[in-house]
Parts: sequence; C-alpha cells; structure tokens
Amino acid sequence: MPPSSTNLTANRVRRGFYLDSVALMRLSQTVSALPGVTTAALMIGSASNRGILHEAGLLTPGCDAGANDLIIAVQAATQAQLDAAVNRAEELLDQPQAGAVAGSTRRPRTISAALTDLGGANLALVSVPGEFAAGEAHRALGLGLHVLIFSDNVSYEEERALKEEAQKRGLLVMGPDCGTALIGGVPLAFANEVALGDIGIVGASGTGLQEVSTLIARGGGGVSHGIGTGGRDLSEKIGALTTLAAIDALDADPGTKRIVLISKPPAANVAEAVLARVARSKKPFVICFLGAKGLKLPANARFASTLAAAASAALDKPVTGSLDVHSTAAQARAGFDGQRRWIRGVYTGGTLCGEAQIVLRDTGEPYWSNAPIPGSLPQQSAVAHSLVDYGADEYTRGRPHPMIDPALRDQALATALGDPAVAAVLFDCVIGHGAHADPAGAVARVIKAGPGNRPALVASVTGTDADPQNRATQVRTLQEVGVLVAASNAEAASLALAISRPR
Amino acid sequence: MAIDSLLRLPLKVVNVGLAGFAADLKARGVAVAEVDWAPPARGDARLAALVSKLGALDSVDAANREALGRFFKAEPVLVDVRPAGEVLTRLKDRMILHAGPPIGWERMCGPLRGAIQGAIVLEGWAPDLAAAETLAASGGIAFEPCHHHDAVGPMTGMITRSMPVMIVENRTFGTRAYCTINEGLGKVMRFGGNDAEVLNRLRWLATTLAPALAGALRLQGGLPLKPLIARGLSMGDEMHQRNVACSSLFIRQMAPWLARAVSDSATLASACEFIGANDQFFLNVAMAMGKAITDPARGVAGSTLVTAMCRNGTDFGIRVAATGDRWFTAPVEQPRGLYFPGYTEKDANPDIGDSAIVETIGLGGFAMAASPAVAGFVGAGSAAEALNYTRAMYDIAFGRNPDWTMPALDFAGVPTGIDVRKVVETGIAPTINTGIAHRLPGIGQVGAGTVKAPLACFEQALTAVAGKLGVG
Repeated sequence: MPPSSTNLTANRVRRGFYLDSVALMRLSQTVSALPGVTTAALMIGSASNRGILHEAGLLTPGCDAGANDLIIAVQAATQAQLDAAVNRAEELLDQPQAGAVAGSTRRPRTISAALTDLGGANLALVSVPGEFAAGEAHRALGLGLHVLIFSDNVSYEEERALKEEAQKRGLLVMGPDCGTALIGGVPLAFANEVALGDIGIVGASGTGLQEVSTLIARGGGGVSHGIGTGGRDLSEKIGALTTLAAIDALDADPGTKRIVLISKPPAANVAEAVLARVARSKKPFVICFLGAKGLKLPANARFASTLAAAASAALDKPVTGSLDVHSTAAQARAGFDGQRRWIRGVYTGGTLCGEAQIVLRDTGEPYWSNAPIPGSLPQQSAVAHSLVDYGADEYTRGRPHPMIDPALRDQALATALGDPAVAAVLFDCVIGHGAHADPAGAVARVIKAGPGNRPALVASVTGTDADPQNRATQVRTLQEVGVLVAASNAEAASLALAISRPR
Repeated sequence: MAIDSLLRLPLKVVNVGLAGFAADLKARGVAVAEVDWAPPARGDARLAALVSKLGALDSVDAANREALGRFFKAEPVLVDVRPAGEVLTRLKDRMILHAGPPIGWERMCGPLRGAIQGAIVLEGWAPDLAAAETLAASGGIAFEPCHHHDAVGPMTGMITRSMPVMIVENRTFGTRAYCTINEGLGKVMRFGGNDAEVLNRLRWLATTLAPALAGALRLQGGLPLKPLIARGLSMGDEMHQRNVACSSLFIRQMAPWLARAVSDSATLASACEFIGANDQFFLNVAMAMGKAITDPARGVAGSTLVTAMCRNGTDFGIRVAATGDRWFTAPVEQPRGLYFPGYTEKDANPDIGDSAIVETIGLGGFAMAASPAVAGFVGAGSAAEALNYTRAMYDIAFGRNPDWTMPALDFAGVPTGIDVRKVVETGIAPTINTGIAHRLPGIGQVGAGTVKAPLACFEQALTAVAGKLGVG
C-alpha cells in the first residue's frame, strides 16, 4: 500500500543484529498495534527485505541497512506516535521474553533468579531456617521486594537492621516471626479467607490478626489489608518500625476507612510514638493493646480491651452470636456436684490465651498461666484457674506448633476431662491456611474417648466458612460431642467463667 | 518506592522456604515463583557472609553493569588471517603458547606434552619427537598461556610463530584477539596429535588456506560475527560442541570472496572442501570472538564478572574483571560424556583448552537450550533437560544478551556475565561443553561431553575481590 500523504515514516537501523524472522514478525505485529501506528515492520536489511519495505512505502531514502542489520520501519500519524513506536520496538528487542517454558521443571535457586522468571514480583515470603532468614530478606529488599519473614530465631539486631533498610528503600518488612498477613484479600502464611472490605489491620500477633479479621468477616464486614509486624516490633529495641510503616501505608490506602492495631502492650515510649502517629491520621483507629491499661488515646482512637471488642469497634456493632451466656452457663452447671470450680484453658494460640486472661483478670478471678499477660497477678497455687499456651517455646521445641499438630494440647485436654475439680475446659480451634486439616475432628475424638461425667467444654473456632476446613463444619463437629461453641474467644472465656463461678 | 506500593499491586510472590505456602497461593491463582532454596555457599559461613556483603554493595552491581555493557557493546569482526609471528609481537622464537593458566613442563598432561613435541618439530627446533621431548624438558622452550598474548587456543591450544592465526577485531573498543585455524576432527594437534599427517596438515593451513582466507576477508572488509552467531543460535548451534550451522553460514558468506581472492581453482576447491567438511571449523572463530568481547571488560574495577575460563589439562583457571590479569586456579575436573567406539572414560584426559571462553560470553553450555541435539550428545538427554542446563546458568549470570536469543526459550537471551558472587552463593558451577582428549600424547579426540568449572576458583576469586574492595 502506498504511503498516505498525511503519515510520517521513520527507519531506525540496528547494526550487526540478527533475529529469527518469525520472532521479528511477532514484534512487528505488536508495534503495528501501538496508538497512531498505521503499519510497522522489523526486518533484516537483506536486498529482498529492502524490496518488500520499499514496496510498502516503509523504506526511507537514506536507509543504508544491509544484510547484517535490522531495520525498524514505522509509519504513524504524528511525530510523537512515530517516536514512541520506534522506541517501543527498541525496548521489545532489548527485553527478550523471560523463559517460562512448559516441560522445564527446574526451579531457580535464588531470589534474583526467580525474579527473572516472574517479572513484576513484589513480595518475598521467607520461611527458611532462622539463621538464614535475615540474609534472604536482605537480598529480597535489595531487589526491591517487600518481605514477609515467617521464620523466627532472628536476632533483635538483625531485625532492626532489616527494618531500617526497608525504611530506607520504602519497603515493608513483615516479621520476623510474622505468622499471618492478608494483602488485598490474599491470605499469606497462616491466614483465613476473609472478605475484602474497608477495615485495615496491623497486627503484631498472627493469631490476633486471624481472630479479628475472621470476626469482622463473620460480622458482615471485610478487611482491606492485614499487615503482620512480628511479635517484637513494638519492643523498645525495634521501636515499632514496621507498625509505623504499616500505618503510613494504610493511611495512604484509599480502600482503607478505619484501622485496627493489635499488639501486646508496647514499651511506654514506643506506645507514645505509635499513638502520636495515629493522632496525625484522619482515619478512625481501634487500639487493641491486649492487657494495657490507662492509655491516653488521641481523639480519633478508641480502646478495645479484647480482640472481640476490637472487631466490634471496627464494625460498629457487637460480634456476639446467638448463645446466651447466663442461661447456657446455668444449664451447664445444673448437672455439676459442688466440687467443680476451676477453668482449665488449653490453647494453641498464644494471643487467644492472653485474651482469655484479660477476661479473668478483669473480674478479679485467680488464675495461673505459662504466658501471663502484663499486669496480671499469676497464682502459683493449684487452687486457681489455669490458662496454658501450648504454642509457647517450651512446648514447641523440636515439635510442630499445635496449630499444625494439636496432639499435645489435646492430651492436656483429655487430662482435664478427668479432673473432678474442673468446671470448664476452655480451648481454641484455629483453622485457615497452614493450620491442621481438621482440628475439631482431632479434639472431638479425644472428647468422645473421655469420661461421661466431665466438666463443661467451651470453645471458639477462629476462621470462616470460606476456609479450607470450613468453620461451620468445624463448629458442628464440636457441637456433636457436646462442646459449647461461642461466637468469639472472648465470649468463650466469659462463658467458661460463668460456668466456673459458684452461685 | 512508596511504602504502600504493596497494597496497590496485585500480589506476585517469590516463595523462599515452605512449599505449602506457595501451594496455597497458587491454588488461589496468585502468581508465585518458587525458589529451590539451599543454604548459601553450601553452608560455608565465611563465604556466605562475603556473598551477602558484596551483594549489598550497589557499586559492585554498577561495575558489573559496566563490564556486561562492554560485552554487549562489542562489535567483533573477523578481519584477517596472519602468521602468529607477525601479529603476536611478544611471541618470541622458541616460545610455545598453550591453553589454560600458566604451567611448567613437569606438571603438563600427556596431550599437552604430545602437542608441544609436534609443535617443536613443526617449527624445526628439533629433528624428531624424541629430541623435541628432551628439548622441552630441558628448559629450552618458553611456555606461556595464549591468554597472555591476546589469544586463545582450543584443547592444547598450540600457537607458535609459523602458525596462522585468525584475527577478530572488536571495532567498538579497537582491540584484537587471535586464534589458530581449526584443524578438523580426528587426529589433530589440539588433541595431542603429532605425527606426519598432523604436521603436514598444519603446513597446508599455513601455506594455502590461511592466505586464501586472508584474501577473502580483506576483500570483503571483514566478516561481522555477532549477527552470524544470532542466526546460528536459531539454527541449533551453541558454538562449542555444535558449530555446524555457523560453519555452514561461514562458508556461504565466504565462498564468493574466496572465489574472487584465489586465482587457482584447485586451491579454491581445496579451501572450500576443507571448511565445508569440518563441522567444527567455526569454533576457533567463535573463540577469538569470545576473547575479543571479554578483553575490554578486563580490569573493570569492582566487577565480579568472569572475563576468562580456561584449562591446561591440569589446572582450571579463571580471571575476574576486578582483579585484571590474576589467575584463580584449581585442579581441573574430568569431563562426563560419550566416547567414540573403543574408548572409555579410563582413556580420558582431564579437561583442557581455552574454548570455555565461549561459555564466558554466554554460549556453549550456557546456550544449551538453543541446541537440543547437543543435549543428547553430552548426555543431558531430553530437550527439556537442555532447557534446564540453560536455566541453571541464568542463576549465576548477571544478565541476558538481548542480541543472542534462543527460540526454544521463547527468544530469551543467553545467560551472560558469570558473576562469581552468584556461583559461590548457589554452588552452581558453570557448565562447559567440551571435547575429550586421550590422556596419552599423539592419539587425539576420544569423545565429547560436559565438565563443571571447579567452585574453588570462584571461591578464591570472591575472596580476592572482597579483599580489594575492603570487605571481609
């Protein structure tokens, strides 16, 4: 076709270049489809190809390309479009496709090699042994990736160095020891299928993040992003570097309307810095520093004493279920003799264990825990409630976490079933990605094998119906063996408490 | 990058560690690349620390970009063929250049000694092979690596003053590199052959073929090599084990100029016949080109890219840009491969030759994906395995050559610029495609296969570069 008088034609020559003509035709097609381009051809400048280009009106008079050169010939409506198309053609030539070939099973050995396979990667999920985790995280940051470090056993010094480097590069480091995150609805590591919504969460605790996000989802709300920080982020040594970065990110995120912060009570000066950052935001915050008392909050922040309260505050409505605590407790107590007095809490999730302690502490009940929350007055005496975290270090050395394998916890539960002094066995059941495939089924088998004359069984199930284990199924499994399933862990603790209290 | 960038993009995850996390993400349709993780530097804490310190230096990346940029900007052109004595100005009388890093007679392997005896007789420095051996052993001959004279040589790599060398000019940087003419297959000097047939062929190369090629090249103003290689890759060559496409393209391009340059039709016919009958003819051209491409990167301060790999049958040696002319050597490994009828691995000499210069520029073992036929020949088996060879080399290469692409990898560029940091970090050694010489002098080639560059060379180089940069 002869050139139209209104079109401009340009030739750019690459000397000493060869590419297979089929590949060049594919590139020609791509360039032809660019805005304003009437026609484009990338051809080796052999005599016959020059003839073809000439016939097409694509060869400019000065073009001296020969058989060892490539001609990029473009015709477009405006000079700007012409330049853009020729430049794009050069770019396409310089960026041959990444080889992602079917039949090739080899996996890259390093993060940088993986990046060439997966162009545009933005997050590295690091779960290698702790001694190597910081090194891999540094490499990921150096390559411009955000990082989630699931691994633990990373020193404070390394954690601080990683977070400072991330800060310098404008990247986010979640962890180390970050068990849970939800980015744009995608659950990472141990996390649940939660509807997308406008509530952002920043959690130093994975289980806390799971409990709050699933309570929000079950309450009809949704989560924009759940950012895990790692359990030590709000310590004095780390200074909340990730928490502050996460608040910045969620503050800037147009999809996030309100923000929930979940942590153990931070060091005083760290809390001050975090709350000062909260005060600078225009968005409303819910502050859930589990066990904290007497916090001075800015006007845009509300305090929530439990995870359930945090979810309620974020949703602006209570997340309680259909179960009436007082009548249920009365029913449960009806068959008891006078001896049953104490709660035996057997937990897989440390934060849930801490939340239960808050419920007990706030009513002045005596209790003992292997993982006491700050401000509690732990009792050493056997004449008290007990709340044990089976995910604590002393129980997980050399064995999987009880969320993955609850056998040890379920054993302790079996022992409590036979104890005549126990009024209520309180436990958690955490489902979602990464968790045991059927924790309710495992505990149900233990209960069925236990004595007929037994304490009340009170539980909560952290998860949603969209999780692989399906929460409704898990709840039914527990109810079928006589477990009272509360709407939240806090409600379960309240119910256990009501059952244990003598009238 | 803004801190909230993570929240605005669809997630694309690189998973390093527990496979279950990747599986969950994939099941949800999230794009995931899985790293086949192993402790860095094979668990050596000192080397792992050096790797991560050098990895954190932006200056090293900048230096490597500069060095690789020099590779990519090179414009290698085969311009002439001249007697080595005319163009290698420091190649003295009674000096023999050999492949690989420096080595003395006492440590030389059989084929290298055999070739040296032949070269001595060829030059007339001794009347026969026995006298030649005595002369060589007595210190009457100077031995130097080809690499010390801007040259490279395949297998034993013999260069003496009378031998013709092909000249590749890097027109971007104005440098020149040299390699002898390929002698063909079978009993040849590069495999240690040294009988009358071998020496007569070498004389014919010098007196007949070399002037013909030189005339043809000068008439046409030189033969640009980069586009030839690009085309060869798309035709199934990787330019080390397989050169049939490039050798064919070479004679196709050269034939009319040979016809113009050579007046005697018998000479013309013999020249065309010799080149046309030798599938490996182009190897030596590719090697001189490799040397011409890598030399301008020698001495780029702070760069951890390899500028040369070579073997002398005893030691494997590498050079790294940051440390200039220094050799890092380790005992050479035994090739693994297939043998000609009547020979086994018991007959094989350890790996030898400067030809690994082609791997240094991303060809040979690095471009195995372009050459499924070679993958079968060297024992890699299926075409998919050939792709895996190249994919493994991506893990240790600093970049990809946009000019040299491989159809079987959707036109991905060949992995180029061996980064000693990555070699040490991953423990992946460069794969080199190679011919296998008989361990005794005078017998020649007995097979072909692949060989791994010894990791010890790269570990020494990394330590040296780190020391130069004050890291460590």
